[in-house]
Amino acid sequence: MPEWTFARITDRGVKPALFALCLVPITLLVWAAVTGRLSANPLEDIRDTTGIWTLRFLLITLSITPLRRITHWHSLTRFRRMLGLFAFFYAVLHLVTYVWFDQFFDVSEMIDDLSKRRFIMAGYASFVLIVPLAITSTKGWIVRMGGKNWQLLHRLIYISAAAGVLHYFWRVKLDISRPAIYAIILGALLIFRVLRKRRYGANIAALCSLF
Amino acid sequence: MLIRHTAEIRSSEITPERIYQNRREFIKASAALLLPAIQSQRSPFDTTETVTPYQNATTYNNYYEFGTARDDASKNAVNFRVKPWTVSVEGLVKKPATYDLDTLIGGLSLEDRVYRMRCVERWSMVIPWRGFPLAALIKRLEPSPSARYVEFKAILAKDQMPGQRSRFLGGGLDWPYKEGLRMDEAMHPLTMIATGIYGKPLPNQNGAPLRLVVPWKYGFKGIKAIVSLRFLDKQPVSSWMESWPEAYGFYANVNPNVEHPRWSQSREQRIGETRNLFLGGGVRSTLMFNGYADQVSELYAGMDLRKNY
Repeated sequence: MPEWTFARITDRGVKPALFALCLVPITLLVWAAVTGRLSANPLEDIRDTTGIWTLRFLLITLSITPLRRITHWHSLTRFRRMLGLFAFFYAVLHLVTYVWFDQFFDVSEMIDDLSKRRFIMAGYASFVLIVPLAITSTKGWIVRMGGKNWQLLHRLIYISAAAGVLHYFWRVKLDISRPAIYAIILGALLIFRVLRKRRYGANIAALCSLF
Repeated sequence: MLIRHTAEIRSSEITPERIYQNRREFIKASAALLLPAIQSQRSPFDTTETVTPYQNATTYNNYYEFGTARDDASKNAVNFRVKPWTVSVEGLVKKPATYDLDTLIGGLSLEDRVYRMRCVERWSMVIPWRGFPLAALIKRLEPSPSARYVEFKAILAKDQMPGQRSRFLGGGLDWPYKEGLRMDEAMHPLTMIATGIYGKPLPNQNGAPLRLVVPWKYGFKGIKAIVSLRFLDKQPVSSWMESWPEAYGFYANVNPNVEHPRWSQSREQRIGETRNLFLGGGVRSTLMFNGYADQVSELYAGMDLRKNY
């Protein structure tokens, strides 16, 4: 009879449930496509949905540490890798949408796009920066690299997320309120870390009460 | 030996019983659909390209007054009041006045015209408009010879238009929406004022009760729910020029060689033809002046279209 520890319950129960939950956005998208309930411009629907969920998963991944500190629910860390990989998953779908459906593999057109438009550059940068994180996400790689180096490498997620938000910021036409919401959340998540590093315990409490 | 015979008539080809039983109604309905097409003459300006499904043209709209999401207008414009409607005619014109819509356009003969429409955001449609040439209306209004431009204003109705109340919903433009044309553009036979689409009155989300249609220009030039025409001797400033001059100029002619800051304009997604994205479905090359170069390029002879975008 196995012992039903808390860790076991999260691994056996919560994790698969969370996994399924993370698949909801893509499931809904595929379902809408299959049943013909996408808008008149399916390309736009797929592009925007995968893009926004990449950004959301990046921010959700980044919120695990602050959430753990606040709630003292340390098992939250168990979900971080999976959430990060889902950010990567949606990023891949987003990129595939651009390369395949939007540009239809027109390399010269894509190079042109990349060289002329900073929002495309920011998008590529955001993607390229999380590729090594996805590759080295296994336990084997933590051992091979050593915890310190691994952790250092995985700080790239901050830059990737910032580039992702910038990508959104530079993409919108006039009203910036939507990307601004993402920028504020990212800012708060980063400030939390900076303040904590500086051991301003009181400030963290104040900050927490703000959000 | 058993030889299997496939059925000679595939099940997909068999008319469902329900339709068979109602075949007389079905024939009547089909005939009714054909009738207006027989009655109305084909316009020489008609494109023969496949018309965009009505459903798409009436649910996929950029009408920021009702919200920036494409389906916002079809949802939020349901109760928009288009009666009574008045249009004020101002500026360098014989009789500046505010007209009731029926007085303003009464007696102008309606025509059906199938035009391509290219949105600045890289999508396009083919729409059967019903309306009259703007030139016919302008002649009726008798502008003075010094009038060189027409400025159009759309309705300001914050109580009815959520996008005008909130920057978040309305995309951050200043309201009311403004557009303009040079007089020769306004008088061009292709330029029309639409009061209907697909042989029906204009739905609210498509710009009821009257909107501008300039098929060789990007869709945003086609100002909807017009309440004012002003004749000027100076070039007016449109809403998009005001908000983002680097991206939107006065002319806004469809031009595959002049890029938007955010995207190339060399290709477009034809709405309704995007079925097989895996095979690059629905993406096509954008044509100079949206395919109306033969009719309109002389309007811009000698002009640098890279500067006058």
